[in-house]
Amino acid sequence: MRSYVIYVGKRVLQFALVVFVGISITFLITHLTPIDPVEHSVAQVSAFGFSSPESIELLRQSLRELYGVGDNLWEEYLIFWQRLAMLDFGPSLSAFPTPVSELIGRAIPWTIGLLTVSTILSWFIGNVIGGLAGYYNRNRILRIIGMIMMGLHPVPYYIVAFVLLIVFTFMLPILPSSGGYEMNMNPGWTFQFFGSVLLHSILPAFSLILVGVGSWFMGMRALVSNIVTDDYVTYASLAGVPERRLVTSYVMRNAFLPQITGLAMSIGAIFNGAVITEQVFGYPGIGRLLVEAVHAADYSLVLGITSIAIIAVSAAVFIIDIIYPLIDPRVQVSQ
Amino acid sequence: MAQMPASSVQDSSHVLETHDLRAHYRMKYFGIDREVRAVDGISMHVRKNEVYGIAGESSCGKTTFIKAIAAAIRPPLEIVAGHVNYSFIKGDLYAMPAADRSAIRWRHLSYILQGSMNVLNPVRRIHKTFEDFAFRHMHLGRAEFDQAVKHHLERLRLPAEILRAYPHELSGGMRQRVCIALATLCKPEIIIADEPTTALDVVVQKDVLAMIRETQSGFGSSMIFVTHDLTVHANVTDRLGIMYAGRLVEEGRTADVFANPMHPYTAHLIASLPKIGDTQSRNALSGSPPNLADPPKGCRFHPRCPLAMEICRYENPALTTLAEDHRVACFAASTKVQPANDEGSGEAKTLEMAR
Amino acid sequence: MIAVFRDLFRYNGEFAIGFMIMVIILGIAAASFFSPYEPIDSYLVALDAPPSTEYLFGTNSRGQDIFWQLTFAIRNTLAFGFIVALISRILSLAIGLVSGYVGGAVDRILMSINDTFIVIPLFPLLVLLYFVLRDDMTWFVLALVMAGLGWAYDARLIRSVMISLRTREFTNTSVFSGMSMPSIVTQEHLPYVLPIVFSTFMNNMNWSIGLEVTLAVLGFTDVDTPTIGGMIFWANQHSAMVSGIWWWYFFPTLFVTLTFIGLFLLSISMNEYIDPRSRLDRMGNS
Repeated sequence: MRSYVIYVGKRVLQFALVVFVGISITFLITHLTPIDPVEHSVAQVSAFGFSSPESIELLRQSLRELYGVGDNLWEEYLIFWQRLAMLDFGPSLSAFPTPVSELIGRAIPWTIGLLTVSTILSWFIGNVIGGLAGYYNRNRILRIIGMIMMGLHPVPYYIVAFVLLIVFTFMLPILPSSGGYEMNMNPGWTFQFFGSVLLHSILPAFSLILVGVGSWFMGMRALVSNIVTDDYVTYASLAGVPERRLVTSYVMRNAFLPQITGLAMSIGAIFNGAVITEQVFGYPGIGRLLVEAVHAADYSLVLGITSIAIIAVSAAVFIIDIIYPLIDPRVQVSQ
Repeated sequence: MAQMPASSVQDSSHVLETHDLRAHYRMKYFGIDREVRAVDGISMHVRKNEVYGIAGESSCGKTTFIKAIAAAIRPPLEIVAGHVNYSFIKGDLYAMPAADRSAIRWRHLSYILQGSMNVLNPVRRIHKTFEDFAFRHMHLGRAEFDQAVKHHLERLRLPAEILRAYPHELSGGMRQRVCIALATLCKPEIIIADEPTTALDVVVQKDVLAMIRETQSGFGSSMIFVTHDLTVHANVTDRLGIMYAGRLVEEGRTADVFANPMHPYTAHLIASLPKIGDTQSRNALSGSPPNLADPPKGCRFHPRCPLAMEICRYENPALTTLAEDHRVACFAASTKVQPANDEGSGEAKTLEMAR
Repeated sequence: MIAVFRDLFRYNGEFAIGFMIMVIILGIAAASFFSPYEPIDSYLVALDAPPSTEYLFGTNSRGQDIFWQLTFAIRNTLAFGFIVALISRILSLAIGLVSGYVGGAVDRILMSINDTFIVIPLFPLLVLLYFVLRDDMTWFVLALVMAGLGWAYDARLIRSVMISLRTREFTNTSVFSGMSMPSIVTQEHLPYVLPIVFSTFMNNMNWSIGLEVTLAVLGFTDVDTPTIGGMIFWANQHSAMVSGIWWWYFFPTLFVTLTFIGLFLLSISMNEYIDPRSRLDRMGNS
C-alpha cells in the first residue's frame, strides 16, 4: 500500500509540473504581444457602445490585473496564478459582461461528453478489432477492415468531419448539420431533449471515432502479434487451452494493459481533434467557443479556454495514471 | 520392412515412436530461399515408464525435435517427411484432425518448459491456470476439481496458498514446481521436459530434479528430458540420445553411454565433464557446429572428428545397434555400420544386413 | 542504407506505393517553379471555371488557376512539414540519446520534462500564439514553435532504443576493445537508430502538416501564402460549397490526403522492416 501512496505522490508532482509549465508558457505567450492589449480590448468593447463608464472601468481594471500591463512581470505572474486558482478570468469581451468562467462552464459539459464517449468507443472498438486482426492475421475481412481504418487514420480530423458533413447533411440530408440540439428546443431533463442531443452528437462523434480508431487498431495489432509468440501463450496453446479462452484471457487481457497508458498519452491529441470537429459541426463545446473567441478578438476568453484546456487534459492523464496500477495485477504497487 | 506403416505404435511397450522424422525451416525472404534442416531423419522410441534424455549442444535441433513431436509446428517450420506415433492415438500424429489433437493435449501429453519466468499468464492467478489447462479433462464438478488440485499439490508438498497467487509473486523455483504439478495433474502418458532446470541455481535445481524423478516414477509417466547438461542426464534419465546437427548420433542406456561412448562426439562430451581430482587439461573440439542450411556432405561430424576416414566424407552413417540397447552412427565405431540412404529409412536396411 | 531502400522497394508493397505517391506529390511541388502566375496574385483568370483542358483543375472565386495554386500550396506545405520534422528530429535525437546514455538523475529529469510536453495540448497554445501575434506569426515562427513542442513523443522512443543498445553485449565488447564512445555511437548504434529516425520523420511530417492544415482552415495562419489549408480557408470564405464550386475543395483535399497516405505508408513500412518479429512473419508466409 505504501508504495502506491509514493507512486501517487510522484504523479501529483508530475501533474503539478505539467500545469506549471503549461500555464507559464501560456503566460509567456500573452506577453509576446506588441500592442497594449488592455486598451485595445477596451476600445473594442466600448465601440459597441452598450456599456456604462463604470463597467468599462471595471473591465479595464480586471484586464489590467489579468495581463498586468505596466507592472513588473513577476507580480503579474503571481496575480495570474491567483486568478487561475479561483478560475476568475474576468468578463468576456464578446459577450460582455458575462464572466468567462460562466461561458466556459456552459460549453465544457458538451466537450467532455463528446470527447469521453468518442474516445472510449474508438479505443474499445479499435483495440478489439486490432487485437483480433493481430491474432487471426490471415482473416481477410479483418485485414480489409484494418486497411480502411489505417487509411483513415492519417487523414486530418478536419477533412473527415467535412466529408461526413457534406455526405450526411448535404447529399443525403438525414442528420442535423449543426448545433448541440434542435434550435428552438428548450433544454431540460426531457426525453425529447436527450433524443435531440443524441441525434446531434452522432456525426461529430462518428467523425472523431473514424479517425481515432486507426491508431488503436495498429497499436493493438502490433502488441498482439508480439504477445502471441510470448512463452505463456505458446505454453497454453500447447496445453490445448481452447482458442476462445486463449484469445480473451491470455492474449487480449495482456495487450489491453499497455493501451491504457497509451490512452493517457494521446488525450492531448484527441482534444485537438475535438476542437476542429466542433467547429465543423457547430457543436457548442469549448472548441467552437475558442474559435469564435479568436475571431471576436475576445482575449480573456481565449486565455481562459487555453488555461482550462491545459488543466483539464493534465487532470485526465493524472487520473488514468493513478488508476492504472490498480487494474494491472503485474504492477506491484497495490497489494 | 521397407515401408513403415503410418499407424499406431509398432511395439505396445512403447509410448512414442518416430520414424525418419524430418522437420525443416523453409524461408523465402527478399528473394532468397533457405531451408534449414533442423531435424533430419530421426527414428527413435520411448518406452512406458522410462525417462529418455536428449543431449546435444545448442542449435543441434533438440528444440525443433520437441516441437515436431508435440505438434507445435508453426511456419516457417514444416514437417517434411516421417511419422510420429503415440500409444494413445490411432495413426500418425499429423494425420489427426486439429480438434482431436487439441483433445489429447495435457491429458496424454504434457510439458514442462524452460524459462519458468514467463510460461504462466502474468495476469491470471495460479488456480485459474490450473482450471484453463486441466478442467476439461478431469470431468469433475468445479468443487471436486478444486479439491483434486489441492490434493495433488499436497502430494507434491507444495503449499496450498500458491493457488491464489500471481506468477510474479512466486520465486523461479516455485514457479517451476508449479509447472511440474500442472504437467502431472492429469497423469499423462508422456511428459516432455525442455531444459526444465537450466534457469535455476544449483540448489533449487537439485530439489526440482528430485521432484521430477518422484512424480515420474510415482505417476508412471514416460518422460522426454531435453538438456545440454550431461550431469543432469546422468542423474535422471534411463536412456540417453545424443543429437548432433539434426541427427541422432548415439543412443543407449545412460550408464552404458557414459561408461562406453562409441561415437567420437559423445566420447568428447563425456571426457570434458569435470571430475574432482582430475587435473588433466582438456582439448576443445575444433570448428563449430555446421550450418544446417548447408550441411556438410557425408557424416555431419566429419569436419571436426578426430577419427574421420575417407568414407565419412561422402556417406552418412546409419544409426546401428552395436550392443544391447545401444545404437551408434559412426563408421569408425564398427564395420557393421553402413551408409544410410539419405532420403529413405537407413536403419531398416542396415538391420537386415546386420542380421 | 541504399541496399535497405532497394530491398524495401522491391519486396514491400507498402513502401513501393508510398514511394510512388511521394514522387507524384514532389513532382507537383516542383512544378510550382514553372508556374506562369505569382502565388499571391489574384483575379488573374476567369472566375469559377470548372476543370477543363484550359484550366486543369478549374479556377476559384479569386480568379486563380487552382492547378498552379495547388503546386505552390503543396510546395509550401511540404516545406513546412519538412522543416518542423527536421528541427524536432534534432531535438528528439539529442534528448533521447543523452537521456538513454547518461541515465540516472539526468534521465529522470529529462523524461519528466518530456512527459510534460507530451501531455500539454498543443492546439490551444498555438491558437493563443496566433491570437497574440496575429500578422506577425509567420510560417517560420509557427514551424519553430511546433518543432519546439513536438519532439517529446519521439524522444522517448529514441531513448528506449538507446537504453536497449547500451545494455547489449556488443556495446560492452566495443568498449572493452577500446573503441571510443562517439565512434561506438556512430558506427555501431546509428544503423539501428537511423531507420527509426526516418520512420518518425515521416510521422512527424504528417503530424505537423495536419496541424498546419487545421490551423489554416480556421484562418489562424498567414492565409496569403498559399498552402493547402489556406486554399480550403478561402473556399470557405467564398462559400464555395454553396456556390457549387466543388473543385476548389476537391483537389486540395485529394492531394493532401494523398500526401498523408504516402508519408504514412513510408513510415510504417520502415517500421515493419526494423521490427525483427514482423520480418520473421514475412519470412514464413511467402
